[in-house]
This record gives sequence, C-alpha cells and structure tokens, in this order.
Amino acid sequence: MNDLEAFRKDAREWLDVNCPREMRDGAGGEENICWGGRNWKFKSKAQKDWLERMAAKGWTVPAWPKEYGGGGLSKDEVKILKDEMRRMKIRSPLESFGIWMLGPALLKYGTHEQKAKFLPPIARGEIRWCQGYSEPNAGSDLASLQTRCEDKGDHWLVNGQKIWTSYADESDWIFVLVRTDPKAAKHDGISFILIDMTTEGVTTKPIKLISGKSPFCETFFDDVKVPKEHAPGVNAIVGTINRGWDVAKYLLTHEREMIGAGGGGLMGGRGIGEMAAQYVGLDERGRLSDPMLRAKVAQAEVDGWAFLLTMERLKDEAKAGQGMGAKSSMLKYYGTEFNKRRFELFMDASGSEGLEWEGDRSEDGKLAKSWLRTKANSIEGGTSEVQLNIISKRILELPDA
Amino acid sequence: MPLILTEEQEMLKESARGFLDEKAPVSELRRLRDDRSEDGFSRSLWKEMAEMGWAGILIDETHGGAGFGFVGAGVLAEEMGRTLTASPFLSTSILAATALNKFAGEAMKSEYLPRIAAADIVMALAVDEGRKHGPANTAMKAEKSGNGFKLSGSKTFVADGHVADKIIVAARTSGAPGEEAGISLFLVDSRAKGVACERTIMVDSRNAARISFDNVPVTGEDLIGELDNGHLALEGVLSAGRAGLAAELSGAAQRAFEMTTGYLKERTQFGKVIGSFQALQHRAAHLYCEVELVKSVTLKALQDLDNAFGMASVTCSLAKAKAGEVAKLASQEAIQMHGGIGMTDEYDIGLYMKRIRVAQEMFGDSAYHADRIARLRGY
Repeated sequence: MNDLEAFRKDAREWLDVNCPREMRDGAGGEENICWGGRNWKFKSKAQKDWLERMAAKGWTVPAWPKEYGGGGLSKDEVKILKDEMRRMKIRSPLESFGIWMLGPALLKYGTHEQKAKFLPPIARGEIRWCQGYSEPNAGSDLASLQTRCEDKGDHWLVNGQKIWTSYADESDWIFVLVRTDPKAAKHDGISFILIDMTTEGVTTKPIKLISGKSPFCETFFDDVKVPKEHAPGVNAIVGTINRGWDVAKYLLTHEREMIGAGGGGLMGGRGIGEMAAQYVGLDERGRLSDPMLRAKVAQAEVDGWAFLLTMERLKDEAKAGQGMGAKSSMLKYYGTEFNKRRFELFMDASGSEGLEWEGDRSEDGKLAKSWLRTKANSIEGGTSEVQLNIISKRILELPDA
Repeated sequence: MPLILTEEQEMLKESARGFLDEKAPVSELRRLRDDRSEDGFSRSLWKEMAEMGWAGILIDETHGGAGFGFVGAGVLAEEMGRTLTASPFLSTSILAATALNKFAGEAMKSEYLPRIAAADIVMALAVDEGRKHGPANTAMKAEKSGNGFKLSGSKTFVADGHVADKIIVAARTSGAPGEEAGISLFLVDSRAKGVACERTIMVDSRNAARISFDNVPVTGEDLIGELDNGHLALEGVLSAGRAGLAAELSGAAQRAFEMTTGYLKERTQFGKVIGSFQALQHRAAHLYCEVELVKSVTLKALQDLDNAFGMASVTCSLAKAKAGEVAKLASQEAIQMHGGIGMTDEYDIGLYMKRIRVAQEMFGDSAYHADRIARLRGY
C-alpha cells in the first residue's frame, strides 16, 4: 500500500469513528453551514462536537501548516480527505471568510506573528471574519475606494463606509481595504488592515435584498482607532503599507477561482432536465411535455457539462504547472452566468408553484429566493463585465480604450 | 485521468502544426478548389502524412500503424481543422479504421488495415439517406439472396465517396426505418456492378458524394459487426467520427478566433485600433470562453474513446453538440468583426465559415446531439 492509500484508509477510519451520525446526511445549503465565531449558536450538540474534533485534528483547514492550526496535509491528501467526506456524505465542520479569504492572504503576505495570532482561532471556528472591500462609490472600480486611514503615531484612524459586507453583523473581525496615501495614484495608496468589529466607531446595518434575505451589510467606520499592533509584534496592516492592492488582487483572483470552482452550486445540484421532468412531466415518448422548454434545457445541460469539464481541465493544467492566472475570470464569468440561466429554467419549469413566497409547500419560497439570490452571482466578486474586461486585456491582449 | 495532453501528444501536436503550416496551408485548399481537382485532395501529400504515421494513427503496430489512439487522432484532426486541410483522414483513418479495428474479423483487418496505414486505399462510410442525420432512419434494403444479400437504395453526404475504393454501407437486413435494430454494415467495393456515384461539389470545396446501389451483391464475409445488430457497430464508428469532427471544428474555431483577434489589433477606425472598443472586446472575450469549453469537451470525448470505447458515445455527442455550435458562432463573429473584408473570397475567413457549416452538419448537428443527450438522460 502506498502512502496515499494508507492515508485514505486512516482518514476513512478516523472520520467513521469521530463524525457524529447527524453530520452524515450530506445536507448542504445555507441553513446547515457552521460559520463559527464569538456569537455562534450551534444548531446541535453534534455540530459542536464535530467542529471541535475536526479542529483538534487540524482538518477544518487541512492544507494549512500544523503550527497555525491546520492539518499540514499535501494537496493530494487534502483531495483524498474531501473525496472521503463527500463519499460518506459528511458535512463540512466549518466554513468562513477566514478560511476562504483571510487565511490564504495571511499565509501569502502575513508575518509569522500575524499568522500565529490570527490563523488558529480561524481554524478552531472561534473568530468569524468578514471582508470590507466595496464602497458605495467603489464597486467595479474598486481601486477608487475612499475609506481613509490616517497615521496618528501610535494608532491608525479609520473613517469611511463599506458596503456589501457579507455577514458583517455576525462577524467578530473585518479585513478592510483602506486608503493610506490619498496623494498616490489610485492603486498605489491602498493598505490591507485588520480591525476588531467591537472597536468603538464600527457599526453595521443589514441590507434587505430582493430575495427577502439580508446576507450583506453596510459597515460604517467613524473615527475608529486601530492600534498599530494588535499584540506585541502583530501589525494591524498586512503586507507593505500602500501595497494593499497586491493583497486585494491576490484575494480577488482566489475568490473568482472559488466562485468559479463552486460553479455557484453547480457541482452538487440536481440536473435541470431531472428537475424539469419532475415539474412539467413527460409525454408518451418519454420527453419533456413542453418541447420549447426541453430544447432550452438540453442546450443548457450541454453548456453546463462543458463548463464542468473546463473547470476540471483548468485544475489539471494548474496541477501540471501551467497555472490558471486570468483564466479564473473565465470560470467566474461563465459559471455565474450559467447558474443564473439554470435558475431561470428551474423557474420556467416550476410555473406558478415556484412563485409561492411563504408557506410549507414551497419551504417559504425556497426556489424563488434561490433564483433571486443567483442574480448577485454575476455582480459580487467582480461583475461579468469586469471579467470580460480582464479576459480582453490579460488573455486576448486587446488594447485599452 | 487528467484532462490534459501527455508529453507525447504535445509533441505530435507541435510536429503536426509545423508540417501542415508548411505543406498544407489554407492556400492548398484554394488550389484544389480553383484547379477543380478531380480527387479533391493531394495524393502525394496524403502519402507523406502516411509516412509520418498519420494515416495509421489508430491502427496498431502489428497492422502497420502508429497505435497512437483517439487522442492522437484528435490532435491531428484539430491541427487539420486549423489549416482546413483536405485529406481522407476522417473517412479512412478515423471512420474506416475504427470500423475495422473494433468490429471486423481478423481476415478483414489484416487485408485492409495495413493498406490504410500506408495510404494505399481510401474508404468511406455511407450512412445518411436524407437531409438530416438519423442512422435509425436507414431505409436502404439488404435483401436476402442465396447465401448473401443484395443492396438497394441510395446514400448521401458520403465524405470521400467518389474517391473511395471501398465503402462501408449501413443497410437494413430487418425491421423498419425508425428502428435501431435491423441495421447491418457491409463493406462494398466501389467498382461493384450496380454502384453509381455522383460527386457533389459542396460549399466547403471538400469531398462528398451521393451513391446509389442497385441490387449490389454482398456476402457474410463483407459484414462488419453483427447481422441485424449493426447499429452497435455503427454507433461506435459514428462516435469516433463525431469526436474527430469535434476536434476538427475546435481547430477551425480556434484559428478563426485567432484571425479575428489579430484583425482587432491591427484595424484602425475613428483613429483607434478597433480592438480597443468594449463592444468588440466583450464579444471576443465571450467567444474565448466558448472556445475554451470546446477544447475541454473534445479532449474528454477522445480520452473516453481511448479508455472506455463502448461508453464514450455520450461524451462524443456532447463534444459534437458543443463544438458545432461554438464553431458556427466563431465563424459568424469572425466575419462580422472583420467587416467587409471578411466577405471577400480573397480573404481566408470565409473558407472557415464554409467548412465549419459542413462539419457541424455531418453525423448530427448540435440540435441532434443535444436531443440525444436529453433522451439518454431520461427527458
């Protein structure tokens, strides 16, 4: 037995012994995610036990180094662990912006002191992070952000407003893009700073969306004093002062790969054809009884399948050392546009029943709300139009206007 | 298996590109067209390709081939798609070689496979009878006669039909048109009595023919695959052909797209390079994504043919559906973004549109294959 096979066997056994029954239902969906954080209320004892056991093992963040709370696993081992969890229908013990975004940024740009202070609480699910990027006047043109951050000797003074901060009202800390040099060219005066949400002057206000839900907030900073060091030797700013755009760009690329790789839930979701067959039924020849809808669904399934294979190919290319680079913009663009198309077809197929907004029959409008949620897919993390600009410039090398 | 080319396949691709750019650029297709070449391809060029192992790319070494598999064949088809190279590669080296390799007895294999590999023989597959592809609709009759059958009926859209020495014909030994069962495949000599061939000059200046059969005798020895169950062999051969065409379409789409972005960077209007206009940038960027998707589905189909031939039919349909649709889009966008010059015969882009139109129609267009996938998925 080679090392990887031995690892698979051990992982399988460990998961089988340690994962509570209740966490083996394969349940995905927003409502079943464990986000962690100071204010987190576990939905069950099983959820709490599962998080604690995985955290102790380092497997909430299996690829991170052991000294920062991770599992120290190789890429191949991480893949095996994920495969086994999927196979055993085991829920993820913990998801968070700390795991997805800040962790990778700190691992790449942080000092040892920053990693040692901030990574282990993320791995254990004790601190929940949110991301302060967009501003009311800095959306697609993110680098035009105006939130000021002034050097006041022993502390930084932050003033401004962020918007579309996911779950800011439930988070403990925020990583924020701020302007530390207002005189520099717009990409050059930005820094990446870490702020405790309980600091005086930080307030949040949820934004109600067309889906009826409020996953995003406005976050205000009024004369917020941020210590230069959060602990001895732990700088509040990550990376070099005024070079925060490098960190931001790295994270945006990372985010696009993630959104693309998730395909907006494409991987786990039910087939469009299967769902449509259930809703509108089949004719005597076994075909969808609405031929116009059937044609659209079949075309969409071709495109969706082709997209999944493209994600697979790009991952294989990246593994073979060819890197993904700006191609992450392609995944982001195509994946999110496809997901919107998929949900339009679900709505077409479900007819008037899919329009119900309240009540048990529709699970309180689950489909309609999901459909509306997808409309943000092609806006958040860089709009489709921004992705097309990136492809034009960086891949096709077309000139600037 | 990773969805990338192996080092060996990369090398094949590189050498194919070098060879085709030198020996078979688009100007060669123009020459064949303008000279009204009787063969519709260059026999000396085809011999050279055979010497490099291309004609026998799917044929194992014991039968004189290179044994490079379907991914290798796809790599060549893709490169020939870039240069619009006319050759019997699809008809003989993909379709006929697959039919013989996978479904013929040893006698037939050892008689023909070495000749295919050496480019000593051209073979064609005759399936379609109507305007649209639909193998189950085969109506051509194979009537029992003594120890064998007599073939009567007509075929159309037969690639390399008029230059083929041997034709693989799908005919009905039982059942009725519309049924899959009841079809059998026969190998017929193109000079046999009762075979009449009309070369059809097509929009792409490539070879095609209508062939009629009037009581042409065949025996059990000419059978490929099983009697009455020939649809299984036919499906396998068509899958290989569809993947090959998808690869060719992928190459043609990539080249048309490159020519278009090249033109966007060089053409100036309103005092600016037109590639700086966002209206064109976004169209080009979207097309880029679609072309990338085609590369993935094509490689997947070819790998499936190599790894699990009998299971590859669905991904071959996927590849043909996606490649056909995207290649059409690429050629349409190419002409629009080229503007007036794209409409001239002198400029090559029109030749891409013409070939893509034909290749996407052959062995089922995008609608045919999307419908097929829907049926296989139970809706």
